[in-house]
Amino acid sequence: MANECNGCEQALAMEKALDEVIARYKDTKGPLIPVLHEAQAIYGYLPFEVQLRIAEGLDLPLADVYGVVSFYTGFTTKPKGKYRISVCMGTACYVKGAEAILDKFTTTLGINVGDCTEDGKFSLDACRCVGACGLAPVVMINDDVYGNVIPENVENILKNYEEA
Amino acid sequence: MRNVNITIDGIKTSVPGNYTILEAAKAVNIFIPTLCYLRDVNEIGCCRMCLVETKGGKALQAACVTPVAEGMEIYTHSPKVVEARKVNLELILSNHVTRCQTCSRSWTSCELQTLANKLGVEAVRFEGEATKHTQDIGVSIVRDNNKCILCRRCVSVCKNVQTVGVIDAIGRGFHTEIGSPFDRKLADTPCVNCGQCVNVCPVGALHEKTDTDVVWNALNDPELHVVVQTAPAVRAALGESFGMPIGTAVTGKMVTALRMIGFDKVFDTDTAADLTIMEESNELIDRVRSGGKLPMITSCSPGWIKFCEHYFPEYLDNLSTCKSPHMMFGSIIKTYYAKKAGIDPSKIFTVSVMPCTAKKFEAKRPEMEVDGLRDVDAVITTRELASMIYDIGIDFPNLPDDVFDDPFGIASGAGVIFGTTGGVMEAALRTATDILSGSSTDNIEYEEIRGFEGIKVAECTVGEVRLRAAVAHGLGNARKLLNQIKAGELEVDFIEIMACPNGCINGGGQPIQSSDIRNWSNVSQRRAEALYSEDRNMYVRKSHNNPAVKRLYKDYLGMAGGTLSHKLLHTHYHEREKYPEID
Repeated sequence: MANECNGCEQALAMEKALDEVIARYKDTKGPLIPVLHEAQAIYGYLPFEVQLRIAEGLDLPLADVYGVVSFYTGFTTKPKGKYRISVCMGTACYVKGAEAILDKFTTTLGINVGDCTEDGKFSLDACRCVGACGLAPVVMINDDVYGNVIPENVENILKNYEEA
Repeated sequence: MRNVNITIDGIKTSVPGNYTILEAAKAVNIFIPTLCYLRDVNEIGCCRMCLVETKGGKALQAACVTPVAEGMEIYTHSPKVVEARKVNLELILSNHVTRCQTCSRSWTSCELQTLANKLGVEAVRFEGEATKHTQDIGVSIVRDNNKCILCRRCVSVCKNVQTVGVIDAIGRGFHTEIGSPFDRKLADTPCVNCGQCVNVCPVGALHEKTDTDVVWNALNDPELHVVVQTAPAVRAALGESFGMPIGTAVTGKMVTALRMIGFDKVFDTDTAADLTIMEESNELIDRVRSGGKLPMITSCSPGWIKFCEHYFPEYLDNLSTCKSPHMMFGSIIKTYYAKKAGIDPSKIFTVSVMPCTAKKFEAKRPEMEVDGLRDVDAVITTRELASMIYDIGIDFPNLPDDVFDDPFGIASGAGVIFGTTGGVMEAALRTATDILSGSSTDNIEYEEIRGFEGIKVAECTVGEVRLRAAVAHGLGNARKLLNQIKAGELEVDFIEIMACPNGCINGGGQPIQSSDIRNWSNVSQRRAEALYSEDRNMYVRKSHNNPAVKRLYKDYLGMAGGTLSHKLLHTHYHEREKYPEID
């Protein structure tokens, strides 16, 4: 499931890990959100097949599961890149021009917000306040924080992630 | 429950401590407006229409979910409350497509429109972005989220009452919409087409896929012989669409109206219900005697059938192989009746008027045909029939009575009560006990399986045979019953299941009663009483005594459960994946 290499070892291992998570939370109160968090940690995202397995495992309608996934920005139904770019769109960053930075990333990478480049290297998201308003506008790439970003910096920032 | 003393708008009163403010106000004849609230179905306080002020309370409270408390002082129409309600309603209206002139609900049962009038909203002060949605048009149900006000009644009835749960609130904030997982159409989910979502929708966001144009086209085609049949529950509710009191049986007027519309023959599905009982009782006795698969489960309700195919495939062999009455009738009309009347069956167009949206899906199931001719060509709901009657300006309440056409105008009382929960079981028991005993028994009315208890059980012994029966209505109850049987907690031989709560009288295709009425009176009970009273007044009350059915077997079918019966009147079922792969 989820992976193209259907039946290969990695996919089976992920499936087994997911089933263990479901079993661990099944009889607890409010199991859905913790299961979704751990499932996303296993798969990197929450595609249809994963949500269906969770729904059946927890005996919930799939619509319930999908409703929760679609409500929280922390959950995603699309795969993420090796490097996850988050452009902060909190109030401070927004007034300091975050939108132009986000636009610059979309044109440079050729992807829309929420999507991932074809090679799986970069994914782009707009996020809520990261709590570094003094550095606004802020961009995060995985755990790296870039402050006082201007659109002209974008290409240089991306260069940090070029691989030999 | 102990009483508490409260004051509502200056009126001192004492009410049970488990009352909500809404119920307490109702008890002293004060009307608090509601929109999302539907008693026993949706009690979540999300629309903020029922806000009230309580003395010392920090914020306004939603009356539908706030319990009363000792000494509470409540103001239901203070200036603050009135203004808050108005603003909330205007905000809802600001993102609602107000094409009321062409909305099927606006002149009959739109609760939003009624509320705007009641609250004196003359203009909407807020203009801004509106969400845009595409319609989901299925075989049975159409969803138009442009009209949706996010009250979540449909979500609640689907998830909590029916335990189907194929819709939920998707997304967040302004962009929230009611939909299915991964934006699937209802057709690509395990939706069973029961239409209960349509019945509870306060606006026009949900309605049946209308087929009246197909029927009008057939009626206007001089080549076609158009035959209509009407289900038992239709007569118990059709009058409501014309302002007649709930629970008025309008059988005679309905027949007159159908003739005026131009149908060549007007038949009664009740006759086919009797035919179903003959086949089904026979099948049951056969299973009991030959050690066949038990419990046998009725198959009249297409919402239940699809539910079984999705959620309980292990019970598919327990389903009676009988087609539902109107499908049986369709194939009889295109074979026996065509032959008898000397009409080319390919020139016959069969229309079923049903209290049901799932029947639309059922009629389109590929297996529902005989020798390449569809059993039923079009299904319209009770509501659609009402709209056809309006279409040609018939003054329905003042019509004279007429009777159904021969050879299928005769029905038994057993056929009539098919429209309410327990009715199919009662009809089957009336016949099965007679067949088993080989004589006419006095058992006619089975009180223990009447009424609206979620799961009902009854037992009767004829000679050495003991028949244990169970009845469930509403799919949540059906699920509960089957799980009990699976767990070995209950042992029965015969089960009746109707998909809709309270049975077909409350079917997804019936006239819509607003929450103002549904919250405070039992609509189903009044409709059911119309059917039971018709049954009591029938000369023939057992299906096997119906002379039309007797003649049908004598002239054509031979014996119940015979070869011809199996070709025309029986079918099969198959497991359905819940969420099949889509492109």
